[in-house]
Amino acid sequence: MNVTTPLEKLTPKDFTSDQEVRWCPGCGDYAILKAVQKTMPELGLKRENIVFVSGIGCSSRFPYYMETYGFHTIHGRAPAFATGVKLANPELSVWVVTGDGDGLSIGGNHLLHILRRNVDVQILLFNNEIYGLTKGQYSPTSRIGTRSPSTPGGSIDNPLSPTEFALGAGARFVARGIDTQQKHLPDLFLRAHAHKGASFIEIFQNCIVYNDAVFEDFTAKPVADERQIHVEHGKPLRFGKDGQHGLRLKPQSLALEVVTVGENGVTEADLLVHDETSRPLANLLAAMQPPDFPMAIGILYCNPTESYTEKVQRQVEDAKAKTKAAPGDINALLRSGHTWEVTD
Amino acid sequence: MVRFAGDSGDGMQLTGGQFTLTTALAENDLATFPDFPAEIRAPAGTTYGVSAFQINFGARRIKTAGDEPDVLVAMNPAALKVNLKDLKEGGLVILDTGSFTERNLQKAGYEKNPLEDETLAPYRPVKIDISRLTLEAVKEFGLSQKEALRCKNLWTLGLIYWMYGRDRKATTAWLEQKFAKRPELAKSNIAAMDAGHAFGETAEMPAEIGGFTIGEADIEPGLYRTVTGSEALAWGLVAGAKLAGLKLTFASYPITPASTLLHTLAKLKAYDVVTFQAEDEIAAVCAAIGASYAGTLGVTSSSGPGLALKMEAIGLAISVELPLVIVNSQRAGPSTGMPTKTEQSDLFQAVWGRNADSPVAVVASRSSSDCFDVAIEAVRLATKYMTPVILLTDGYIANASEPWRLPDADTFEPMPVVFRTDPEGFHPFLRDEKTLARAWAVPGTPGLEHRVGGLEKDYDSGHISYDPVNHQRMTNVRAEKIQGIARDIPPQAVELGEAKGKLAVVGWGSTYGPIDRAVARARQDGADVAHIHVRHIWPLPANLKALLESFDKVLVAEMNNGQLATLLRSQYQLPIESLSKVSGQPFRISEIEAAIRRALEN
Repeated sequence: MNVTTPLEKLTPKDFTSDQEVRWCPGCGDYAILKAVQKTMPELGLKRENIVFVSGIGCSSRFPYYMETYGFHTIHGRAPAFATGVKLANPELSVWVVTGDGDGLSIGGNHLLHILRRNVDVQILLFNNEIYGLTKGQYSPTSRIGTRSPSTPGGSIDNPLSPTEFALGAGARFVARGIDTQQKHLPDLFLRAHAHKGASFIEIFQNCIVYNDAVFEDFTAKPVADERQIHVEHGKPLRFGKDGQHGLRLKPQSLALEVVTVGENGVTEADLLVHDETSRPLANLLAAMQPPDFPMAIGILYCNPTESYTEKVQRQVEDAKAKTKAAPGDINALLRSGHTWEVTD
Repeated sequence: MVRFAGDSGDGMQLTGGQFTLTTALAENDLATFPDFPAEIRAPAGTTYGVSAFQINFGARRIKTAGDEPDVLVAMNPAALKVNLKDLKEGGLVILDTGSFTERNLQKAGYEKNPLEDETLAPYRPVKIDISRLTLEAVKEFGLSQKEALRCKNLWTLGLIYWMYGRDRKATTAWLEQKFAKRPELAKSNIAAMDAGHAFGETAEMPAEIGGFTIGEADIEPGLYRTVTGSEALAWGLVAGAKLAGLKLTFASYPITPASTLLHTLAKLKAYDVVTFQAEDEIAAVCAAIGASYAGTLGVTSSSGPGLALKMEAIGLAISVELPLVIVNSQRAGPSTGMPTKTEQSDLFQAVWGRNADSPVAVVASRSSSDCFDVAIEAVRLATKYMTPVILLTDGYIANASEPWRLPDADTFEPMPVVFRTDPEGFHPFLRDEKTLARAWAVPGTPGLEHRVGGLEKDYDSGHISYDPVNHQRMTNVRAEKIQGIARDIPPQAVELGEAKGKLAVVGWGSTYGPIDRAVARARQDGADVAHIHVRHIWPLPANLKALLESFDKVLVAEMNNGQLATLLRSQYQLPIESLSKVSGQPFRISEIEAAIRRALEN
């Protein structure tokens, strides 16, 4: 009789490396690390088949703390390294950890292209709206007027919205989370992992040293219910302490408006229902900013298509099927054109 | 030696390519030099839109594309203007008089018509209205005037085939295949070629032209083909990866003159090749490193400006000690420089062009077919020593074709990579005692989960370390590892001449042909001179210093401002002389011969 021993289920501890975590005490990165380590056993993967790739910055220290394979690369280029890893071995589960400086400033080009190509990786962008590791300069997501060592008079350039950028780049999975929402983050990570193709998650992450409380306008307890909307596929877009508010489309201008159910004749039937496969809706949700609108949290967009990695493999397999030469026959390759014999 | 010159739209490269193949089939030895403008379609008729293809062939071994052409084919006044000064005195110049219109003369900058003044007096002009004759030859196929005139190059090729008694069959077959979907174009091009050939036979041509017979060169028996540097490189990389037992991941960004390598490899997917056109040079090298990290052979390719962009990432590959092959098809610089012109000015960049003490291995190919062997060598060093290897080639080698006696791949020595699988006592920077290479442990291997990165790591555990003593030790071991390669490469040989004497001419890369011919000629005249050609630029062969010391004088000939000369002086403290040429054109044999004479006189 054959006895099959079921794979022993791993625990978050199995994904904790022996390295001492060196983020500042109170940093939002701890919470994200915990959520990721909590998610890993749920993926049903062996540790050796998981790779974390990062660039440079506070967030990019992440791979050192994961008991998986990890590659801490150079500033901004993690998506390019991750693409190479997937080209070499499509079976690996590849996670890119980046930040707002690493991913959107020096590495904006690579982030754009990995999303456009739809390489099958999960990208976690820790957005703290500041450069932490270089001691507090403003970043491409810092709000106008951010005072920092490099902008003593306040920053003057427009911030970039990571989710709008991702949607613009053609990403097929775009989500948002908050570092402190420990229950919610693992769900996002699981969905991102299940998605074939590039999945992009922006995580609002508090930098306690250089940009403390910058997200308080929608994360602070007293305002959170009114300033956040947790979107769920197939459910009406409602928010507020008792779910009394909702989002309605103004057909004349194709813009969203916040309404209150039960006021001015508004019923739930007037509200938009979240359809995560709708790109126009995802764009509207991504663009909402407090205080006029709630911050949309959750999976804004998920509409899978064949991934780049799958297509690359298919072309290789097709070429192999078509070739007449034996696999790897170098002599056949060298003699594939016009040849002639020289005799004595 | 024949040079075809015309407008970049006149099909000169194609004409040259066909003549090359046919010449090879006639068992002449040959070397070619394609020289084309950077603009895809420069304005017609202008001097900067002139495209030329030179082929040197004969019954002896041919190692260069030649200095001065014997025959110049000029398809328009601009082509004549640009190329006439190179023609040998008394050389034959075949002209399309139909293109010498007032407008074309003006565009070429001729004030007077050179067909009518003394311009052509030192040469033997053959004036033919090729435009009109071509139009007549293809009249029956009903092409537009523009399409019909495009057959001019084949008419000319037919005439040249007649002059050298060449067979037209190969080109006929090639045209039929190329224009399989438009048979009228195949027919009209063949008709134009036949008409050019018939013109040679029947027209009253000056007695001395035509009927050249070039004897068969004394060529080693075997199976041959023509090959460009890009092709040989691509095949060498594929062969190297196969010998190492690895799949090949090639990531590159288009840049002249390196793109042809990407094009060639993109067609070889059946050989377990994945090609990736990245969004930029940096992404290309990073993807290649990522691919090596995950257990395939990562290769990237570029030209000088692109290599500069890749340097930070190459530094990471040095720090995490992963195999990586970087092909650099050098071109004239600085900055954008002259993208289609050749130069060897990235030697410093390859050997020293990174932040910090960051040694890599550097090898250089000397000719188109040599690219095959050098590519395999680069793969061998990269995988055995877990290091980036920069392979230097140049625009001339990439595009020039030469006959190649095909090796038998079954006789190649396998060099299989062994990945680390044993978790016992593992850490990622565990070194092989002999090579000092670290263990290659790839994702997917159970029990070897580990983290690597660009931060300094501890020699004994592989963990991040800021320890001062450790950093010194790691810096030293990275340098020793690369220097140790010197024990694993062939000692430097002498190409031509004795291993001691009055003068050694040292070269590297594509200067091989002209140096070899110049040294051979000087030796025929009794000069005591030898030719040494360096393939391993870094580390240098272990015996090179002693070898150079056995000569009274050492002259380094290179197409830069003295980079190898400086490197050798810095390593060996020898009084090394430099012959440099930075014009975007290869050395002429005569230039090196003159330098040899000067060096021996003083």
